[in-house]
Amino acid sequence: MLQRYSASQDMAADPSDPTGAGRSDRPIVAMRDVGKVFANGTIALSGMSLDVRPGEFVSLLGPSGCGKSTALRLVAGLGGASVGQIEWPTSSYTHAGEPEREISFVFQEPTLMPWATVFRNVWLPLRLKGVSRRAATERVMDALGMVGLDKFAEHYPRELSGGMKMRVSIARALVTRPKVMLMDEPFAALDEITRQKLNDDILRLWGDQGWTVIFVTHSVFEAVYLSSRIVVMAARPGRVIADLPNTLAYPRSGDVRTTADFAAASREVSDVLHQSMDVDAHR
Amino acid sequence: METAGHTAAPLAATAAPESPLRAILQRVLHVVIPLATLVVVLLIWQWYVTAYKVPRYILPGPMEVIRAFIADHQMLFSALWVTLSITFSALALALGGGVLVAVAFAQSPWLERIFYPYAVVLQVTPIVAIAPLLIIYAPSTHAVLLMCAFLVAFFPILSNMTQGLKSTDHNLLNLFDIYNATAWQRLRYVKLPGALPYFATGLRIGGGLALIGSVVAEFTAGSAGTESGLAFRILEAGRRLNVPRLFAALLLITATGVTIFFLTSFISHLLLRRWHESALTREN
Repeated sequence: MLQRYSASQDMAADPSDPTGAGRSDRPIVAMRDVGKVFANGTIALSGMSLDVRPGEFVSLLGPSGCGKSTALRLVAGLGGASVGQIEWPTSSYTHAGEPEREISFVFQEPTLMPWATVFRNVWLPLRLKGVSRRAATERVMDALGMVGLDKFAEHYPRELSGGMKMRVSIARALVTRPKVMLMDEPFAALDEITRQKLNDDILRLWGDQGWTVIFVTHSVFEAVYLSSRIVVMAARPGRVIADLPNTLAYPRSGDVRTTADFAAASREVSDVLHQSMDVDAHR
Repeated sequence: METAGHTAAPLAATAAPESPLRAILQRVLHVVIPLATLVVVLLIWQWYVTAYKVPRYILPGPMEVIRAFIADHQMLFSALWVTLSITFSALALALGGGVLVAVAFAQSPWLERIFYPYAVVLQVTPIVAIAPLLIIYAPSTHAVLLMCAFLVAFFPILSNMTQGLKSTDHNLLNLFDIYNATAWQRLRYVKLPGALPYFATGLRIGGGLALIGSVVAEFTAGSAGTESGLAFRILEAGRRLNVPRLFAALLLITATGVTIFFLTSFISHLLLRRWHESALTREN
């Protein structure tokens, strides 16, 4: 199911073509030899290169401490890279030389404002751009409708379950109609049933909204179920060890999880992941 | 199925809401019991004073206190007004000043590094010790009282508010960074609302301290001629051995303190009732 090739070879050579159709355009975001060293001297990320093309669903998969979240935060512009560049080849640049990235970020926690209603939480990104409540109402209600929470607009976050809070967080991310959706283990704290539901929601929205997704996860099955491409990372120092296209056909539904193809793909990704951890163990 | 039926019945019975009559009775008892206790204490007090013929310049009975209250009500209420106006002006100044300085600290760590130590020094120095200095510098006794009350109320508001503005969820701040929010938006939409619980704490502590500050200041600095507050009336009544009036004035100060407590608690409840854990009843 999965063709394996080394990430370092791939970057210089012809761009990967994971779904096999029309994805060979310029990358929407490109990491070039990016490294990050924390103030305490920990090397969080070393020599990471990654091209993400429009419409891809890329999962960053690896054990904790492998720098996958760090990589995602760098792409989001949270904290600068110690070395290397992050380029946005298709974005225009502001006068200050900042790329106009149309991104949204979903954190591991819902990260809602507890004092604000669901409506006001989802309105926030638009409000920060100066959109009035009246002008934002339709888009906010649309966004809430897409995650099935339009009836909860006037509720406060504390009145919602963990899964519903996460949906609000997703609605807040999609209300700005971003091109790139960055998700940092968004479902790690949820129960399995809720997580599967939200996985399906994300796949549906990815199809409908034309997003490019970079999705950080430590779950092999989640990565295989969701992504068109899986980037496996290893720790100490954080680095990319494999870049695997996932050829399972879309649209995927819960039934895919029980197919032999899914099992084979999961096994292959697992093997790569475990090899990397064995290497670590013998160091 | 049989067992399910059996277990369901008692469950439903315990889950049924309490009867409204019982709820009302419980509420009435909450008020009646403390009131009844008060009446009993007053009766014992009156009986003791009458039975043992305690002179009223040592311990007046409750009836004596009420009589003094009625006879001197004009003087007492004008004193109350003076104390109230100093207390509330000081609290308002402390709230405004505390919040503004805390915001300045939050926006500029340098300002905080420079000035916070002085705020602490001001706080740990007892105001009774500063009062004589203030008397020398201040234009009027009224100003001395105001400054003393302000100084005690200011610090808890400042320190709570500073803490609150620093306690914003880091990921929320990251979110604001991602959307290129301005410093003003950050303050207006996350930092200030997130600091509300801390503000409420500062308000409750500051409210009580403003009253203590204005009373202690008047003990030390004296009153400004015709503008005598309750503290001065207490001192005066003590010197004249007019103990019933002393009790009456004391009662007014206590009532003021209780009122401030309820008022600030009510305001903090209004600020937090929709969302903060402290204002919610636990549902289980």
